[in-house]
Order: sequence, then structure tokens, then C-alpha cells
Amino acid sequence: MEEVKDRIRQEEEKRLNKAWRVPSGWRYWSEVNNSEVGMWYTVTSLAFFFFAGVLALLIRVQLAVPDNNFLTAEQYNQIFTMHGTVMMFLFAIPIFEAISILLLPQMLGARDLPFPRLSAYGYWCFLLGGIFVCGSLFFGAAPKGGWFMYPPLTTSYQPGVGADIWLLGLTFIEIASIAASVELIVGILKCRPPGMRINLIPIYAWYILVVAIMILFAFPPLIAGDILLEMERAFNWPFFDASRGGDPLLWQHLFWIFGHPEVYIIFLPSIALLATIIPTFARVPLIGYSWVVLSAVGTGFLSFGLWVHHMFTTGLPGISLGIFSAASQAVAIPTGVQLFCFLATLLIGRSVKAVPMLFAIGGLATFVIGGLTGVMLAIAPFNFQAHDSFFIVGHLHYVLIGGSVFPILAGIYYYAPIIIGKKLSDKLGKICFWLVLIGFNVTFFPMHASGLLGMPRRIYTYSDDMGVSTLNLISSIGAFILGTGFLVLLWDLLRPKGKLSYSERNPWKAGTLEWSMKIPDRMWGIRSIPMIKSRYPLWEQPNFIHDVDNGHFYLPDAAEVMRETLVTSTLDAKPVQCLRVPGPTFITHLAALFSGGFFIFATYHWWVATTISGILAMATIIYWLWTGSAWIPEKEEKDVGLGVTLPIYQSGPHAVGWWAMFITMLADLTAFISLIFGYFFYWTIQQNFPPEDSVGPGIFWPVTGALLISLSWLLTKLAKKLNNQDKAILFYGILLLAVFCSLAGALAFLAGPLKYQMDPTHHVYEATVWILVIWTALHAALGALMQLYCMARRLGKKMTAKYDADITNVSLYESFIAITGLITAMVIAGFPAAS
Amino acid sequence: MKQLKAEFLFLCTLVSCNGQYSALNPAGSSAKIIADMFWWLFGIAILIWILFVVLEFYTVLVRPGPHKLNRTRFLVIGGGALFPVIVISISIYFSLSPLPVLVKAAPEGSLTVKVSGAQWWWRVKYPLGKEQEVELANEIWLPVNEPVQFFLSSEDVIHSFWIPSLAGKIDMIPGRTTKLSFTPTKTGHYRGACAEYCGTSHALMHLDVKVVERKVFNEWLEKQKQPAARAATPRSQTGEKAFVTSGCISCHTVRGLSTMGQVGPDLTHIGSRHRIGAGILKNNTASLHRWIRETGIIKPEVKMPAFDMLPVDEQKAISEWMEGLK
Repeated sequence: MEEVKDRIRQEEEKRLNKAWRVPSGWRYWSEVNNSEVGMWYTVTSLAFFFFAGVLALLIRVQLAVPDNNFLTAEQYNQIFTMHGTVMMFLFAIPIFEAISILLLPQMLGARDLPFPRLSAYGYWCFLLGGIFVCGSLFFGAAPKGGWFMYPPLTTSYQPGVGADIWLLGLTFIEIASIAASVELIVGILKCRPPGMRINLIPIYAWYILVVAIMILFAFPPLIAGDILLEMERAFNWPFFDASRGGDPLLWQHLFWIFGHPEVYIIFLPSIALLATIIPTFARVPLIGYSWVVLSAVGTGFLSFGLWVHHMFTTGLPGISLGIFSAASQAVAIPTGVQLFCFLATLLIGRSVKAVPMLFAIGGLATFVIGGLTGVMLAIAPFNFQAHDSFFIVGHLHYVLIGGSVFPILAGIYYYAPIIIGKKLSDKLGKICFWLVLIGFNVTFFPMHASGLLGMPRRIYTYSDDMGVSTLNLISSIGAFILGTGFLVLLWDLLRPKGKLSYSERNPWKAGTLEWSMKIPDRMWGIRSIPMIKSRYPLWEQPNFIHDVDNGHFYLPDAAEVMRETLVTSTLDAKPVQCLRVPGPTFITHLAALFSGGFFIFATYHWWVATTISGILAMATIIYWLWTGSAWIPEKEEKDVGLGVTLPIYQSGPHAVGWWAMFITMLADLTAFISLIFGYFFYWTIQQNFPPEDSVGPGIFWPVTGALLISLSWLLTKLAKKLNNQDKAILFYGILLLAVFCSLAGALAFLAGPLKYQMDPTHHVYEATVWILVIWTALHAALGALMQLYCMARRLGKKMTAKYDADITNVSLYESFIAITGLITAMVIAGFPAAS
Repeated sequence: MKQLKAEFLFLCTLVSCNGQYSALNPAGSSAKIIADMFWWLFGIAILIWILFVVLEFYTVLVRPGPHKLNRTRFLVIGGGALFPVIVISISIYFSLSPLPVLVKAAPEGSLTVKVSGAQWWWRVKYPLGKEQEVELANEIWLPVNEPVQFFLSSEDVIHSFWIPSLAGKIDMIPGRTTKLSFTPTKTGHYRGACAEYCGTSHALMHLDVKVVERKVFNEWLEKQKQPAARAATPRSQTGEKAFVTSGCISCHTVRGLSTMGQVGPDLTHIGSRHRIGAGILKNNTASLHRWIRETGIIKPEVKMPAFDMLPVDEQKAISEWMEGLK
């Protein structure tokens, strides 16, 4: 009997192996599985971290002594800009996405995230964009406007290509970030193991859910800002030119509506690592799970209401200063709750000594200093002095290194056994910890003093009579101690480990699901997808690992030798679908290459190449969707084990694709609302908006456009019904009409400003109307393309009356576009008429 | 508190003998309020940090015994929520109550000074009766114990006006006029710097501020109003002539000689200023000469071209003449 079972198990493993096999040779790079992509992602973002770290050392060499000429002003300005930019956009955000892509499936007992090819596409975009942005430094053409890029310095006063590289290169990377966050949100909402109800979600996943949603609403305002700034640079549209009605402060608002949440986007995932690591070493479950979750959600919400504290010195009225001051201080409360939950966990638990705990404890103590100076800076009067001085440099590094880098180091030492199969050295870990802790404090603590003694930020040199020479020398010495600490880490990671034996399974005796992995791990991930009844299944569910290993849970087999994972319902995690995920491909590389081409060529204003690259990107993505999404299965249902039979195909709110569309469109709508915000921002700061000598787009054309686009949405909905009823001819007819309406709507929107000959370079009013109209028209045109795609899918027998995911998702898209069109018409036609 | 302050000040003096830029060496009403606030905040922050670290070490080192869940709940709610709520409420009350004073305009009739930032220097204008102004550059004098109202603007990019010893900073934004007012309370020589990154030579945009008795101030302003004295000696006449023929006057005004140049700083009384090049070089003939010869080396990407093609003697004559424009 046992023998038979064994043979069945071996057969299953053979099939699983075949389904999840990683291609060998050069085809290795076509892999899309989360373990490989997550690994590349992590290594790449760490590489950018070390690159930006070297830039920081150059900065400290230059500032070590007064009147130094180690770097020229031009070089220094490029280097400090790139240090901030790379750390923020190429390390801090990507590393959290990397770690999450790498570990979330394990934590959720999933075989992969729902859109592996999207992760791979995001990674290749990130790599390409990152190399492009960093490479500019070696040609002396790097951006030099600071990581905050304030216009008008970055519009008319920096003619080189640097600012364009920043704007377009980073927009490209931001889009990749949004792609990753869509992946993570859908992964957490839909790919949890059965039984993992909303109150059993691992604490790390909760935080990532919060952070990914924050990205969704924080990045689009920046992308909107990037578009406006690049339009001014490339085509002289005066969004930030005060002489033509523009306002440099609009950029600051858009930038900080992104920039402040960004701080928490960086900080929360690291706190999530601590919340995972601390209970393991305390050997007790996290105290106050629901408090921590609520605090994380609360911090996420609050962080969107604090951005003005970056603008306290722009001469805002006292009342705004007061409100934003109070709100900014309030964020200390949810942060306090989280920290004290950790302390309470440590108090109750045993606190086993280990390297990850060193970093956790040291990180918390360091972070609290940054938190306290943060509360000080939230006080508007104190901010008047400290703002843009070295005090801020000290503060922000305490927050980011204490609150983010220390936990990431803890995470590296903690998760090494899962990721590389071997434990890192305890001895080197301790050396690294002490060097980093001491070096860090020696570098950054004196900066608080040099700031208050009058040293502004971002200066490439200072004279001895400023009285900060000694402090700066101390900071520079500290920076090299800190750098040595990171070198030790690098050595620990890179040193040959061939002789080292593999770590035992679950070496830290953790209770969370990811530690049920075999070490070294298998390509298929978890052997069978378990039924979860606890937050710490390894501690609290009897026989858990045995049952997982012996395939006693769901999907122990890949009968059709296809990559499969479970999809469950959002709240109570009931199995709803056996999802087949696509495997290795090179199409994502091509898509990333052409998307990259689009942005990179635009940087140099090579418009023909830009257009060709854009069209090729579009074509590649269509091919990718055509071959890699919404496969019609060979059978409707399949047995996933434990007597449960699940459908293989889903459409509508049960399907992961529907969620991805919905989430993407929320981000898209946020970018659009940011542009609308611009319109009303100009209105509030100007006496006459629209100005008397400007003409508007009229009422007729915008209203016609909105009606046509809305009609297109209704027709798409109708077409979806007709498809379900299998009325093919009517389906094609109605959908063709919808295509026509979309295109006509797009043209109608463009017709308004064209007919009245609005000149976008004349005044910001015309420019704003044009940008809204172009945004709407492009979206409508994209809608037409999607509607045509649905027709082709049905013609190509990829979509049937029953398997209708494509038209369902397009119908969802169209509803968002109808909203966009209606708002645009109301604003550009209705608002001037009403006021 | 006092003890702490004394110790920290000792540390400060150890690293900086010269507090001309220091926000912790207040000589103005606003700077004083903020510096006092800082010492309180600093002290409280240190206390809280020590408390946190002690607690942290206690939780790590303590042997786990039987714990009551209620007690932990007390720790989380008390330490994590209640304590910050109380501390922050108090801090909001005390720290925001001086805010109205800090952002209030100076009373009607106070001295007004207009300053505009440009890459990388400061244009300063004092009113002369009605609708008339006298233009200076890179140096501001203020009468002690009298409120002053600044109107701040920018000619190109965003700058930020910061004299740490007198008041907090306010940005200078194209298309807007921002305001700052305070009362200098101690006579002395203070310095300021542009705090907003404003391009290549952002580091080299400084400002000299003298706070003096009213009488001294009046004498100074009276002198600044006067046009420059015409060159009297043959040597200074050579300098003056070279200044005109080399084209300097197309950018710089020297009242009494030419008021055509509006692009660069007014040089009518350049010899009376403490520093040249927007607070970066000590004002003497040698510096002036160096500035004429190596403009772009001293201040990268400055708009003024170097006049190293002039005969050295002419360069020297110009700088000697300028030094004489007291």
C-alpha cells in the first residue's frame, strides 16, 4: 500500500517537475516564474543600491573639507541628483517589489503570482530603464535638477538632455512599478490558499497590500507631473512658466502628493519584514495583529494628507501650515502602535539571539531617532529653519536607513536559507551590523548640527567660515565606515559557498507558511497547496509539513503538465478556480525593449523612432495577450484534490484578469484626476481663468465627444450580452459600431480646440485643455483597439459565448473611459460656461 | 534643559568658532522663538528616545515569564497610542501657538526691503520716500529692534531667502511675491545663504546682513543713496574708463556713471560691501581682480564672462577703482 502511494507521489513530482522546469542554457533568461524573476529583481536592485552608495561616498569626499575641488559643481550636482534618484526609484521601491515577488507566493502557498509574464516584463523594463538612467552619468549627461526636479530650474534653465532622461526614464520605471503593484494586489487578494480568510493573511502580505494600493494612487500624480514637465520642455507648453499663467508650485504639489506617500511606500514593507521576523525569534505570534494591520492601513491613508509639509516655506497661509502640521504629527500615532506591538511581542516571547534580530533591534532604535526628528520637522515653525538644511539630510537618512535598510539587512540574513539555500555567516553578519550601526550614526548624527549651524542642502562646497568643517569631516569618516560595513555584507553574499552545506529546513523554527519550503527549494514551489487555519500554520497546525510534503492538500499533481495555481475568493478564500499561468517566453523581453525604445527615443526627440517603437511595443503586447492570456481550456472543470472540482476558466469579478484591469484603471483614473487637479489649481491661483484673451474649445464638440464615448461603452456592454447569447452577426455589428463611436469620440474631442485654434504655447489655459483632450482621445482610441481585439478573438475562436473574459474586461475598460470623457467635457466645456 | 543647552553650545563652539550662520545663535525675534522651541523639542526627543531604547532592551533581555495579556494590551495602547497622543497634543499646542506671530506682517510704516533672487546673487531694494527705490546688491543692513518687512521674489528659478540667525527661510518663487517679517534684536554681522537648490552655483549664493543702531543705519542708507563719486586721480580715471569701454556698464549700474546695465548687481558702492560675488570672497582689490579674471572658475556658469583678455594693468586699474567706490 505504502509502495503504491510512493509511486503515485513520484509520478506526481515528475509531472510537476516537467511543468515547472526552468529552461536551461541561454533560454534560462526566458523564465517568468516568480522565484527566478524575483531573484533577478533583488540582485538588480541591490546592484543599484551599491552604485548609489558609491555616489554617496563621492559626495562625502567632496564635502570632507571646505573649498574642496575633488568634484566640479557640475559633477557634484549630477551625482547628488543621481544618488537620490537611484536610491529612491531604483533601489527602495524595486527592492520591496523584488522581495515580494520572490517571497509572496511562498507566504501564500501559491505556485506563482497570477501574471508571471507581467512580473518578467516589469523586471526587464526596470533593468533597461535603470541602466539608461544610470548610464547617463558616465557621459556627463545625467540629470542635475535634484531628485525633486523643481521647475523652472528644470525647464528653461537646464537645456541638456539630463532632465528628459529623468522624466522619461523614470516614467518608464514607474509604469513598471505600477505593473508590479497590480501583480501584488491581485496576488494577495486572489491567490491565497484555501482557508486563509482575511484575518489569517500573513502580516507581511497585509503590508504589501497596503503599499501596493498606495503605489496605485501615489505614482500617477507624479506621472501626470512628468507628462506636463516634459511637454513644457519638449513643446514649450507653459505649465510651470509664470509669465504665461503657469505656476512652479503645481509641480511641487504633484511631486509631493507622490513624494510623501513614497516615504511610507519605502518604510512600510520594511516594517512588514520586522513584523514577520520578530515573532519568529520571540517564538510567539505577533501581539496585536489587528492593531498592526489597522495602523498600517491608517498610515497609508494619512500619508496622502501630509504632502504640504514639504512646502512649508513656500509662503502658504498660516491656516494651511497649522492643519498640515497637526496632520503630519498625527502619523506618529499609528507608527507608535506598530512599534509597541513589536515590543510587546518581544516582551512576551523569548527573543532568541540571531543576526536578523540584531538588525531588527538596531534598526528600531535608529528609526525612532528619525521618527522623533520627523515630529520636530512637522512643526511648521521649526521647519522654517530646518527645511532644506543638512538637518533634513540627517533626518531622512535616519528614517530611510533605520526604518528601511536595517530591516532589509535583517531580511537578507533571515531569508538567505530560502533564497540561496544556505545560511549567511553569523560572524560576518555581526561585523557588518556593528560597522553599519557605528558608521551610520557617525555619518548622519552630526548633520543635524551642521544644518542648524546654517549649512544648506545640495551645496557642492562650503567655506571654512560657515563653521561646519569639523562636522563635515566627521560625517565623511563615518561614511567610509558605513561603506566598509556594506562591503562586508557584499562579501558575505558573494563569497563562494560551494563547500557550505545546505541549511536545514526551517532553520529559525518560524511559524509562517514560507518556511514549509524544502531547502534547496523545488521549482514547483510548494508540494501541495494547504488548507490554512492559523496565522502560524507551522506552529499551530498539527502534521502540517508532513501533509504538505505528501500531497495531502490541493493540487498535488500537474496532470496535464501545465503550470497551475489556485484562485480563491477575495474575503474568505474559498477556492474558485484552478488558474493556468503561462510559462517561459521571450515576448516579454521584446515588449520591454520596444516600450523602452519609446521612452528612450523620446528623450532625444527622435520622434520617428519613438513612434515606430511605440507601435512595435503595442503590437508585441497584443501578440503576448493573444497567445498568453484567457486560454480556452480543454475541459471545463478539474479535480484539484480533496474532492474539490474547480473551473479552469473564469471571467468577471472572479477572474484575476478582471481585477488587474480594474486596478490598472484606478491608477489611470488617478493620473487623469491629477491633470484635472492642475486645471482647478490654475483656476484658484488666477484672477481670470480662463483668461479673457483665450478662446475655449466651445461646448458642442466636447459634449459630442463625451456622448460618443459613453455610447461606445453602452454598445460594448450590449456586445458582451450578444456574445453570451451567441448572436455572432449582431455581436460583430454592434462592436463595430462601438469602434466607430470610440474613434469618432476621440476626433470630436480633438475637434474643439482645433476648430477654435487654441494655441497651447500661448497660455497655460490652452495647454491644460489640450492635455485633457489628448489624454481622453488617446484613451478612446486605445478602447477602439481593444474592441477590435475582441472581434478578432471571437473570429479566431479564442473567445466564445461561454469563455468571454476579453469582452468582459474591455467593457470594464470602456466604463472608465466613459467616466474620463464625461469629466473632461464637464471641465473643459461646462466649467467656463458656468463660471 | 539649561545644562543640556550649555553642553550642546559648548560642543557647537568646539566645532564652530564662528556663529554667523547659526540658527542656534539667534539675533532676531523669529529666530529666537524657533531656537527656544528647538531646545525644548531636542530635550524631549532625547528623553523619549532613551525611554524607548531602555524599554527595547528590557523586552529583549527579560526572561519570559507568565505574562498577563491585559498588561501587554496596556503597553500597546498606553505606549503606542495614548502616550504619543498626549505628547503630540501638547506639542501641537505649544509649537503652533507662535505660528501666527511668525507669519504676521510687520506693522504699517515699518521698513520694507525688497529682495529678489537671481542665479546666483541677490538684488536688494530699499524705498526712498514715495515710489522711489535705491538698488543695492548682496548686502542688507537693518536697524536693531525695529520690525522689518521683506518682499521676496525671483528673477529666474526658485531660490530661498535664509538668514538663520534672524529668521526661518522663505522661498522666492517666479510669478509670486512672498513675505517675511521679523525684528532683529541684537546688533552684529550675520550671514545667509540660498537654501533652495537653484542650479550649478547654488553653493555660492550668500548674503551679508548687518544689524546696527538706527543712527548708523540712517548714515549708511544716506550714503548708499548717493551716486558714486567720479574718479579723481589719474589711476582711478583709468579704471573708470576701462570699466566703461570694456562694456561692464551694459550689465552693471554705477549710479553717477551709467544706469544702463540692469542685468547684473548694482556696483555704485561696491567698495563699501563686506564681500563680493554674492558673499563668497572678502572684498579687497586682490579679490576684485581675481573675480574679473577668473569669474567662471570662482563661480561656475555665472553669467558674467571673465575679462582675462584685458591687459592685466587695466584689470588691476578697474579693481582698484571699484575698491574706491565706498
